[in-house]
Amino acid sequence: MNDTKKPLLAIEALHTRFHTQDGVVNAVDGVDFNVYQGETLGLVGESGCGKSVTALSILQLLRCPPAEIQGNIRFEGVNLLNLDQEAIRKVRGSAISMIFQEPMTSLNPVLTIGEQISEAVRLHEGMRYQEAWKWAVNMLQMVQISGPRARAREYPHKLSGGMRQRAMIAMALSCNPQLLLADEPTTALDVTIQAQIMDIMVRLKEEFKTAIVLITHDLGVIAEMASRVVVMYAGKVVEEAPVKDLFKDPRHPYTRGLLGSIPVIGHKAQTGRRLQEIPGIVPRPLETPLGCRFHPRCSSVMDICRKQEPPMIHLTEYRRVNCWLEAS
Amino acid sequence: MALLDVKNLKKHFPVKKGVLSRTVGNVRAVDGITFTLKRGETLGLVGESGCGKTTVGRSILRLIEPTSGQITFNGQDLLGLEREALRRVRASLQIIFQDPFSSLNPRMNVGQIIAEPIKNHLKEPRAEIKNRVAYLMEKVGLHTEQISRYPHEFSGGQRQRIGIARALALNPKVIICDEPVSALDVSIQAQVINLLAQLQEQMNLSYLFIAHDLSVVEHISDRIAVMYLGRFVELATDKELYQNPQHPYSQALLSAVPVPDPEIHKQRILLEGDVPSPLNPPSGCAFHTRCPECKDVCTHEEPVFRDLGGDHWIACHLR
Repeated sequence: MNDTKKPLLAIEALHTRFHTQDGVVNAVDGVDFNVYQGETLGLVGESGCGKSVTALSILQLLRCPPAEIQGNIRFEGVNLLNLDQEAIRKVRGSAISMIFQEPMTSLNPVLTIGEQISEAVRLHEGMRYQEAWKWAVNMLQMVQISGPRARAREYPHKLSGGMRQRAMIAMALSCNPQLLLADEPTTALDVTIQAQIMDIMVRLKEEFKTAIVLITHDLGVIAEMASRVVVMYAGKVVEEAPVKDLFKDPRHPYTRGLLGSIPVIGHKAQTGRRLQEIPGIVPRPLETPLGCRFHPRCSSVMDICRKQEPPMIHLTEYRRVNCWLEAS
Repeated sequence: MALLDVKNLKKHFPVKKGVLSRTVGNVRAVDGITFTLKRGETLGLVGESGCGKTTVGRSILRLIEPTSGQITFNGQDLLGLEREALRRVRASLQIIFQDPFSSLNPRMNVGQIIAEPIKNHLKEPRAEIKNRVAYLMEKVGLHTEQISRYPHEFSGGQRQRIGIARALALNPKVIICDEPVSALDVSIQAQVINLLAQLQEQMNLSYLFIAHDLSVVEHISDRIAVMYLGRFVELATDKELYQNPQHPYSQALLSAVPVPDPEIHKQRILLEGDVPSPLNPPSGCAFHTRCPECKDVCTHEEPVFRDLGGDHWIACHLR
């Protein structure tokens, strides 16, 4: 699981707030977790849980103000949040890269694919134009785009969704980053294309030894690709566990509810037509419940849950749950 | 007798080019679809982007006019109906849309949205309509106190419930569900899926359930049709399709779905390349360019959609 105890990325007490006209939205409200070298950490949750904002905070890709990021994001001994614009720019795309959900809108429409991929190596590795271009073509080959030399000269609109996502992966890996933040990388893609992209990511990860933070709401993708999982709800971490433990023995009622509510092919025979439901809805950003944020929807709610925020209980070295049920 | 009987349905969109808007080609969005739907059953229609499944749903309701084919609903030929007669039939043939944001009029409150079909079709007194709206709201799990609220005040899942209440307003026999849960969070999807199943049981509804998520489709459907580039490639019961998929595309689709169980390591069938454009579909079998088993005949001859036995239909030269 982790070869060394020292994490590659250590997030501590991360708070990301948005100052809006209607009030302060605590999108990430006291989050901490580690990412170890070479691992794939799944970051799972539904809309509004703060998983995307967490990733954007790591690379300071949020406009501050209205955003305000506080906390400690330690990478190679340095708190990334203390870096100025110049310094963080050196980190982005080289040591830490990111790929986004909508490949249609994340690629620059007026630059060719080749230019966009080679831009990173020109800036970070100081390669000359020709050399960088060759590198870009090589990267396109690695992500299995056929006819890479011709493709490199094309603009994003000429490529399909799957190909654009591959181009984005090529861009993100071109400088051999230690950490890749993948924000819903396959959500917008058809399932057969999703399978291709997942396959490429797994193989490239093995080749480049990159650690990945895989952000998604799709528990199937998590089960396949992640080794450890962090579950988020309404801006907080509610559970963290190795992937097998999470699926076999989920401890937080939200995790249990989530796992029970997904339809799985072939399970109808045993579980029947009715899926397990989590009643209610995710709290609105400015209407955070008192006490445990999940309590209005929890089937095991106790009196204390309504009044006080639960403590984080460490079950083992790699398992923790944010729940009053575990406190007793 | 089937409630809905569709034969060789086609919808082609002409592509016009040039100053004189000459038709230079056709997007064969739906290219010969045949199926039946019985009372109380759910037929799932699954396929990836551009396969034409949404167009099928809208063509059946004549929200888009089909190019050719036959649609018989409750014994009536839908394509031969005049405007007024079609309008009356639509009371029994309803639709729920994918986007809970754009499918509700933002300037109408919940009560008005749900009452609209009743007002359009029946001459009921206001008190009656109000009662019916309240009844429908409760049936879909909405609080009746919210009857005067506007769509933007509700969550995505709640808006989808409003859409369902609206579709139920006239006691339909068939509801076309066009990606009804795709835009919703996972935990809300379960709520809406359960609601649809419950309503089906209570009201003996038939669903044509259109979606790209095979897990959702398999869960809710009795029979499933797999679609590729405007045509059905396979149609079978949910169990048959899951346990015994015959068409190479169905097999690839099933193997591509990620399973939420880390202990299971799937042997994946990875398809090469992307889905071809419906503007320029491949010759012969539309799937042949990506088929791992492609033979010579597949490249120039279109396979016939036929019954393998036991009502398991397939369009493939190799089975």
